[in-house]
Amino acid sequence: MNRENAVLEMHGISKSFPGVKALQNVDFTLCKGEIHALMGENGAGKSTLIKVLTGVYSKDEGEILMDGFDKPVMIHSPQDAQNVGISTVYQEITLCPNLSVAENMFIGRGKEVLTDWKKMNEDAGKILESLEIPAKPTQQLSSCSIAVQQMVAIARAVDMDCKVLILDEPTSSLDDLEVAKLFKLMRDLKARGVGIIFVTHFLDQVYEVCDKITVLRDGKLVGEYTIAELPRVLLVSKMLGKDLDDLSDIRSESQEYKGDGAGKAVFEAEGLVSDAGIKPFDFYINKGEVNGFTGLLGSGRSECVRAIFGADRVLGGTVKKDGKVIKIEKPIDAMKNGIAYLPEDRKRDGIVGDLSVRDNIILALQVLKGFFKPFTKAQASKFADEYIKLLDIKTASQDTPISALSGGNQQKVILARWLLTHPEYLILDEPTRGIDVGTKIDIQKLVLKLASEGMSVTFISSETDEMLRTCSRLVVMRDRKVVGQLTGDDLNQNMIMNTIAGGEDNE
Amino acid sequence: MKKFLALVLTGMMVLSLAACGAGKDTKGSKLIKVGIINNDPNESGYRTANVNDLKATFCEANGYDASFAYSLKNDEQISYAQKFIADEVDYLLLSAAATAGWDSVLQDAKKAGIKVILFDRTIDADPSLYEASIVSDMAKEGETAVNWLASQNLDSYSIIHIQGAMGSAAQIGRSGALDAKVAAEANWNIVKQQTAEWNAETAQQIVQSVIDAGESFNVIYAENDDMAKGAVAALDKANISHGVNGDVIVMGYDCNKWALEELLAGKWNYDGQCNPFQSSYINDIIKKLEAGETIANKTIVMDEKGFDASTITQDDVNNYGI
Amino acid sequence: MSKDKSNGSQFWNKIKRSQMLIPLAALLIMVIFNLIADPSFFAIKLGYSSAGYPVLSGYLMTILDCGSELAILAIGMTLVTAACGGQDISVGATIAVGGSVMLRVLCGGNSHPETMQAPIIVAFIVGALATMALGAFNGVLVAKFKIQPMVATLILFTAGRSIAAWVNNNELPIIKDVEFTYFGGFIPGIPIPTPFFIALGCGIIIFLVLKFTNLGLYTQAVGINESSSKLNGLNPDFIKFLSFVILGLCVAVAALIKVSRLSTINYSVIAKDIEMDAILAVALGGNKLSGGKFNMGASILGAYVIQFLTTTLYKFDVPSDALPAYKAIVVIALVVMSAPSVREKLQSIKKSLSSKKVSKEVA
Repeated sequence: MNRENAVLEMHGISKSFPGVKALQNVDFTLCKGEIHALMGENGAGKSTLIKVLTGVYSKDEGEILMDGFDKPVMIHSPQDAQNVGISTVYQEITLCPNLSVAENMFIGRGKEVLTDWKKMNEDAGKILESLEIPAKPTQQLSSCSIAVQQMVAIARAVDMDCKVLILDEPTSSLDDLEVAKLFKLMRDLKARGVGIIFVTHFLDQVYEVCDKITVLRDGKLVGEYTIAELPRVLLVSKMLGKDLDDLSDIRSESQEYKGDGAGKAVFEAEGLVSDAGIKPFDFYINKGEVNGFTGLLGSGRSECVRAIFGADRVLGGTVKKDGKVIKIEKPIDAMKNGIAYLPEDRKRDGIVGDLSVRDNIILALQVLKGFFKPFTKAQASKFADEYIKLLDIKTASQDTPISALSGGNQQKVILARWLLTHPEYLILDEPTRGIDVGTKIDIQKLVLKLASEGMSVTFISSETDEMLRTCSRLVVMRDRKVVGQLTGDDLNQNMIMNTIAGGEDNE
Repeated sequence: MKKFLALVLTGMMVLSLAACGAGKDTKGSKLIKVGIINNDPNESGYRTANVNDLKATFCEANGYDASFAYSLKNDEQISYAQKFIADEVDYLLLSAAATAGWDSVLQDAKKAGIKVILFDRTIDADPSLYEASIVSDMAKEGETAVNWLASQNLDSYSIIHIQGAMGSAAQIGRSGALDAKVAAEANWNIVKQQTAEWNAETAQQIVQSVIDAGESFNVIYAENDDMAKGAVAALDKANISHGVNGDVIVMGYDCNKWALEELLAGKWNYDGQCNPFQSSYINDIIKKLEAGETIANKTIVMDEKGFDASTITQDDVNNYGI
Repeated sequence: MSKDKSNGSQFWNKIKRSQMLIPLAALLIMVIFNLIADPSFFAIKLGYSSAGYPVLSGYLMTILDCGSELAILAIGMTLVTAACGGQDISVGATIAVGGSVMLRVLCGGNSHPETMQAPIIVAFIVGALATMALGAFNGVLVAKFKIQPMVATLILFTAGRSIAAWVNNNELPIIKDVEFTYFGGFIPGIPIPTPFFIALGCGIIIFLVLKFTNLGLYTQAVGINESSSKLNGLNPDFIKFLSFVILGLCVAVAALIKVSRLSTINYSVIAKDIEMDAILAVALGGNKLSGGKFNMGASILGAYVIQFLTTTLYKFDVPSDALPAYKAIVVIALVVMSAPSVREKLQSIKKSLSSKKVSKEVA
């Protein structure tokens, strides 16, 4: 052990998957009685690092040292990880909901064949009491709230004499009160000397409970910081990889078109809220305007546009089109009002895998046209041809199943599907994710062209440059809330990061 | 949603229980309490007639407090029997779904002083465990039918033999007589011997297959009326005449009313009875036992007839049709 | 030479890609088997019915006749499979209910009427409403309550035949009218069995429906990707529900043929195990039982192939209670052939074979 008081040291960890270097020479150190946040955007390598540590993946290079072991420990399976004292509580609860609390805490651990139920319940009771977890040992797990279930999972981990506790997004399905309870438990454990690795995307929570932060980006270590030396805005910039000192703006190509001026909104929303867990928000978009939603992953960007499109169940609020209230309960309502939505998860929500490129292109327009009015094959072919040419879709033929196309071409097919409906308002949720650079630029150009022809567009991307290049207005989100709106000169990396980080001015 | 499913299922069970329980609210201490375990009345026309017959006899007017339980599964029947024993019935009437597995529960009944009477089907158990067994003699039914066929004095017999579900008592008895005769006589031939599992559609396909193959035959020996009907449907389709003065002799079993009407119309030739009316026999035995008499011969074979199309009357149809 | 070869392989590829390959191959195997074993299998004879009308008979006619109910059911089963990724196992029991309702209407109160008490079309419509209602019941369980199709339809699979018996107070209705036998037999003057024409009619109707509505596109989209379909404005729940109602209609048509064949009904055995044959027809048609893309023609062909198998087995005196075992072999072969691991293996074998061939040619 190099550092005093360290309970876990990982040195030079590398891990590759075919085509991807998921981790490159990453170091990570965890001390006793420390809550250590592991931060990074999606694909930064957080979960790979956790999985290496817990034996789900085996590392290509590097060594793992644990307090109390002379030699580097070998972790080849989750069982190995448990044996050396590393326990994990995942976002999705991996306990058995139909067993009792006590059974869940002890199941699969005992070496003895017969279980002493009475003793088991007594032991479980003691642990629950000492951790002040409000659950009875004999209670069925599914009758507990999600937070308590989460705590039971932690109690199970703690009782296995763990030295390192990994909490992977434990708070994402908890409300504020439950989060507070969880934090209290975390602090208790910290006082007992347990080292906790905390993975979350909620910035506020990091600053509330953590001592240290390790930031990863693109599979590499950015650095390890104490909370005090890393203000929020700096954290955001480290995660996004934009140097705060180098904030000269790249907003050169951005269009100057600002729509027909304020008050001429095509679509407006007021107090819109859906069952996807976002706070009520207001929204408008003008004719010919391109705007965007920005924020860290999980901040509620997609959920907002899904609410506008009626993709999630809308719980409240009104939507107006040209000043008149319209009712959007289902996607078809939105489509009939001229809204199109290209979803974030292309595989899950976008493509209809086994269907041909042609059927995928005409799908939305066909649905709009109606059940009893199918396009003839000639019509469908014409549409498909037109858009395959227009968007330069690379496919063997119209009859090729869309699943055989590359990601970028699949995305173009989905785009073609929506353009074919000639929408007034086009929502693009991460249209450039996971596709090649050439296609990315094609799509950005297309967005600007469509806007200049009068179409309103909402463009969401995790790459801020793209947003700055295409959008004339940005709605900023944090923790599932709209926290600001940037236009004109405010549209730069610096302001975006400041607004995303939030609360910085007060501290 | 699981809850919903459970609710629906529970609801259905409650309803069926209520249906079973109907008519159970009888009072009066003088009534003889009987528990009757039978096969599902939907199983066949035979069973429906059997159940109706039992219900008509074992009613309050005749001095009985009867409870009925139906199942085609042996283990369910056994648990019904246990329930009736717990209810302290006086008599347990049983038509077992399968022959094995009844020893221990009947011993329980004996200890509890409950008298057991078997009807329709026998079981593999010591005769001391029951008072009487009222059965049809399937082998005798078969012999009656085969003797009738022999009395037709055809030059040669080319027979399509459609069997019931293999291994059932009825199939074994009814097939046995024919097989023995075919083996003994030179001019008796089996053109096709196939099981149709009591199913008319399957019987139709079997006969169809023989017709398609162009083989000639002059007798259809079907081991129940349904299968005979299926066979006749295939004949009709191929325009092969049957019945009295027809090219093919049609034989069935069970004496369904509609089958006897076919006989009366001359479209079929023979129907063998399988008597479902056991209740009067059972009633007699209970009366004797109540009077303190003993039953000398435990196995009681019921009278069963065979009907010939040339002699059947409308009265026969009314009296013996089920 | 090289051009010829590429043309040939293109044609071969087209056949190979087409879903028709599996049922056609199965059919071919059985045709060859029968040709070798006994060519008279294919003989068709012209005879005359009792009323003097011409009638065709022979094994092939029997296949066309008896396979028809199965073909009609395969239509609905294909849609349910495509939309829901599961199968309806209650069709045999709902046929019993549909048939029972039709007979009840035709008989009026009396179970042995001298003449029919209602026009056949009325009886059919009432029966169809009943089976479509049962289909709707299954559909609601599957679409709305998200119960696995096999589990949801287990309810009617268990209860259906008792319901059928209850409809007629457990009596055995018999229709004496000759007219009623036309649906399961012959229409005077037409030498081909009526069920085949009914199946043909159903086939044409579904072909037209698929051509002139979006039923096919919607069903496949929902079956392949429900979430995506929803975002494209479809209502997956309704599509699933609709597929069950359509199956209910198919059940009614099959029930009419079934009860017409014998002019009566036996609640406990009518259309027994037909659901397994209908599912097998869908599988034999090369359709994924987990839903998604489907080929209606292949399913219908699959149904007749199964009847071909059944008829062949009867001809060779296989006991009828052993038939399921033979069908099970077909199912096992199909399932194994379509398992991903087996496909990969076959592909790699093919590759190594072709590479060997190439190396030989080079040598």
